Amino acid sequence: MVIDYPLLSAAYEARRAHRENSALPEIWALLDQVCDPEIPVLSLWDLGVLNDIQRSDGGLVVTITPTYSGCPAMQTMREDIEAVLRQSGIGAFEVRESLSPAWSSDWISPEGRSKLTSYGIAAPKSCASCEGLALDAEIHCPHCGSSNTRMTSEFGSTACKALFQCRDCQEPFDYFKPI
Amino acid sequence: MKDKILQYTTRLGDDSLVLGHRLSEWCRNAPFLEEDLALINVSLDYIGRARMFYTYAAELAADGRTEDDFAYLRDQREFSNLLIHELPKGDFAYTMLRQLFVDVFYNLFLPRLAESGDETLAAIAAKAIKETRYHLRRSHEWTLRFGLGTDESRQRAQRAIDQLWGYTHEMFDLDALEADLVEAGIGVDSSALKAEWEQQVSAILNEAELKLPQEEWAVRGGREGYHTENLGQLLNEMQSVHRAYPGLEW
Repeated sequence: MVIDYPLLSAAYEARRAHRENSALPEIWALLDQVCDPEIPVLSLWDLGVLNDIQRSDGGLVVTITPTYSGCPAMQTMREDIEAVLRQSGIGAFEVRESLSPAWSSDWISPEGRSKLTSYGIAAPKSCASCEGLALDAEIHCPHCGSSNTRMTSEFGSTACKALFQCRDCQEPFDYFKPI
Repeated sequence: MKDKILQYTTRLGDDSLVLGHRLSEWCRNAPFLEEDLALINVSLDYIGRARMFYTYAAELAADGRTEDDFAYLRDQREFSNLLIHELPKGDFAYTMLRQLFVDVFYNLFLPRLAESGDETLAAIAAKAIKETRYHLRRSHEWTLRFGLGTDESRQRAQRAIDQLWGYTHEMFDLDALEADLVEAGIGVDSSALKAEWEQQVSAILNEAELKLPQEEWAVRGGREGYHTENLGQLLNEMQSVHRAYPGLEW
């Protein structure tokens, strides 16, 4: 049984509206094939990293937002975007990193959240709902759906995840941290 | 003013890089695997923060230098980090108590820097504060575990507090450069954070049944480039590859 947590944040709605109003839908669609190197089921759009595509005099300008300050995957993401654009015959482009506004796990798309859960990573709660709460309050196991889980470490294999274990099915799992 | 912002940005980058490097020394040396991962992730947050500050510093300097020049090609006297960041990692209690002191500090400092009139500094701070909240949650919990744990954990934590205390005062000094930047609405008046910092730290130490040191001593000088002998050793190791193979690319 896979438990899904639908969450439509205002921040995601704004991202989606921005994408839908873009004059370059084919480039957005093209870049949907670029995925997070650590969580390959998530596209950069799903993750909330890909946030703007514009055409300027010098060519395309693609704007990405880094997740964590020291995330080593950022360089790979940038190179993967560049490779896809080049393969499609687009020669003139620039990939820009934007720090502000700061990335939030609330930006992850609803599709991305389902993909995370099916992949075995519990999707983050909304940031607002976590204000003042302990990190391990009511996290559902992505394998059996039980909320009888415990945190084993605040940090997992990457900066964006914490380690949990389910007390019912005993499986360890990652929880994508709300930030 | 641009030159002052450059100096200020470099200071903040130095603080982050030096502490990030210290934390990275725990890689494969931490008490257990989860803690190893946690310390390295915190280290990465600081190194990432340093990169953002140095990249901005290089942009302000506009003299062809890159973030790497700031990190790898400056000597001890040119580093302007606060001394508390460069002290050796010590035992695990020492590392975590230092984290507690700096985490409480950054939790007060960064939200104010996020309101800076300088857009880039404000953006870096707004990003970093989210990570620092996580860091503090962890150093707070560890402090409780040390203090309320065994005799040995309590003794080690208390010893760390006593040894670190004199290095905390420097975080709240305001020199002429910072005063100018505060005046200009760009820098943070860290001297105004001291009362709140002390109150929060003493509440946590109280909760952990640890003692706030009564002894008043203070070591200063980091912002002017006067360091403990530890920084030279740290830089020697951190910069050795870059200096041995100039311009080498991965």
